[in-house]
Amino acid sequence: MKAFTVVTSKIAPLDRPNVDTDAIIPKQYLKSIRRTGFGPFLFDDWRYQDPGDLQIDPATRRINPDFVLNQPAHQGAQILIARDNFGCGSSREHAVWALDDYGFRAVIAPSFADIFFSNCFKNGVLPVVLKPEEVQALFEGVAKNPDAQFTIDLPAQQIKLPCGNTFSFEIDAGRKHNMVEGLDEIGTTLQKADAIRAYEARRAQQAPWLFAS
Amino acid sequence: MSRNDPPKTLYEKIWDDHLVEDLGGGLSLLYIDRHLVHEVTSPQAFDGLRLNHRQPWRLAANLAVPDHNVPTVDRALGIKDPISRAQLEALDANCAEFGITKFELMDRRQGIVHVIGPEQGATLPGMTVVCGDSHTATHGAFGALAFGIGTSEVEHALATQTLVMAKAKTMLIRVNGPVGPGVTAKDITLAIIGRIGTAGGTGHVIEYAGEAIEDLSMEGRMTLCNMAIEGGARAGLVAVDDKTMAYVKGRPFAPKPEHWDAAVAYWSTLKSDPGASFDKVVEIDATSIQPQVSWGTSPEMVLPVSAAVPNPAAEADPVKRSGMEKALKYMGLEAGTPIAQIAIDKVFIGSCTNSRIEDIRAAAAVVKGKKKADSVKLAMVVPGSGLVKEQAEAEGLDKVFLDAGFEWREPGCSMCLAMNADRLEPGERCASTSNRNFEGRQGAGGRTHLVSPAMAAAAGVAGHFVDVRTLS
Repeated sequence: MKAFTVVTSKIAPLDRPNVDTDAIIPKQYLKSIRRTGFGPFLFDDWRYQDPGDLQIDPATRRINPDFVLNQPAHQGAQILIARDNFGCGSSREHAVWALDDYGFRAVIAPSFADIFFSNCFKNGVLPVVLKPEEVQALFEGVAKNPDAQFTIDLPAQQIKLPCGNTFSFEIDAGRKHNMVEGLDEIGTTLQKADAIRAYEARRAQQAPWLFAS
Repeated sequence: MSRNDPPKTLYEKIWDDHLVEDLGGGLSLLYIDRHLVHEVTSPQAFDGLRLNHRQPWRLAANLAVPDHNVPTVDRALGIKDPISRAQLEALDANCAEFGITKFELMDRRQGIVHVIGPEQGATLPGMTVVCGDSHTATHGAFGALAFGIGTSEVEHALATQTLVMAKAKTMLIRVNGPVGPGVTAKDITLAIIGRIGTAGGTGHVIEYAGEAIEDLSMEGRMTLCNMAIEGGARAGLVAVDDKTMAYVKGRPFAPKPEHWDAAVAYWSTLKSDPGASFDKVVEIDATSIQPQVSWGTSPEMVLPVSAAVPNPAAEADPVKRSGMEKALKYMGLEAGTPIAQIAIDKVFIGSCTNSRIEDIRAAAAVVKGKKKADSVKLAMVVPGSGLVKEQAEAEGLDKVFLDAGFEWREPGCSMCLAMNADRLEPGERCASTSNRNFEGRQGAGGRTHLVSPAMAAAAGVAGHFVDVRTLS
């Protein structure tokens, strides 16, 4: 997994609550058996005016000029902000893969749905929870100056605003460590193989039916 | 529990029994007993195993079935869409290569992963159950800690039989008193989401309790727990009781006779201790719950069938108000319209929420001797598994639907998420027994109203929503 330490970028504002993973990446793209290439289909129903699927070249489709990510001012943003309960619904990790492939390194919202939140940490995309009034301040800051640069400093657990103010955010120490180091979680867990085998031996005594086949 | 142990919630008991190691920093390594696999969220995980030269940790813990992408008609002809076909072939090849048990598309046991797990006894009380699908919450009906995971976690579970987890908070939802006639598990679960909101359970595991929950059949409890995720909770739980054990007994993957008594003794402890404390408690009066119909583009946008479409102008919170306005625009609805006057174009009876035999029976009871309204273009019934389909046909329920002009299909996820050919066209309005009314969920531009099987069937007959309690 790629590491996340400090990212400085402008912000793209998606002013909606309850952005679900069906909206982030619609079902027709889930037929892909690859992990990459989902960026052009991020927010597909909102981004394009005509229907798409894996067999249609996105370059040939009609762009919806009203959708915020299509506006010239927000091109190149690596940070997305949205309202409450971002990433709700389906567990599809394709939603995080699409955000990552599009170029977003972080999403900031007042709250995230649990599975999406967990999926982000497996892919080096940082979900940052701020207070609603702080998220509101970011929306207002972007509205005033779309080119304003913000810095997310994960080791310091801070967001630095262009005016010099900072917002602090909370994160589990374990998740932060894995993200800053860019650790391979499976490799790390497999170092605990003996502990897993010991658990299985213990459990097979207590609940033998679980290991009967 | 010895006298000095503090009382524990059901969640804490299952958690403690699966803890391999506390990793520090708020994370723990949790053992996974059962891993259910389907074609959509697994191919990249198997690729990951290959890339890193890893093997599944414990083959017997896994059970695979194709469901999301499968056709519900003319199955013997194969899958027309080459991309869908490739995804099913990838599941075949991956399961064959790694030695994972899989039910084939043409196997009579094939069906929706959350229907076949319990049906086969692969889901057992006290287990940790995971699947790359958010509706894994369904299996919590058995007092199992069951939750959806992403593909990276699918790979992690395959390779290590564990997951790295942060412990959740606990939430008790007590539904007091019995529900009235015509009110189903679907109505209870929708009413709960309407009350707590789609983020109400975020960060929590919900335990459902109270007389209305105890009264539910195992199938009803599956419907209830299925939608815990729509209330924001990754998992829902119901305590184990005699109904749970009776349901499990004798199923193919259930404990063999030599282990049965020990299993029952352990399962009997799987309930929250008296005095156990929860981080949040919600009390709901069951007698106040009416048949529910969702009106918007989030499952929390739901009301009793007797209500009218709400007016955003009456909402004080500007973020919520704007969300309501967007939802009404997408749904093509006017504030103040009585829900019972909303006309529908299609009916979908199916999905991991409502495709079990009791659901099919409830819908058939409403349809029997009646006809689909002419204004309804399509009413389809998609059983949750081949075995559910066989049972329904043995009871003659397929004939009831066919006589009424409804279609009787092959099992799969179908129009719940419209990955196969079953979908809404732009602007079409559907009475659906599924679980999500998000924009585009059942097809781009499609408009979904979430209801119980009986309510969906009744809407198919009337052409608009009706209160099932008023039917003769």
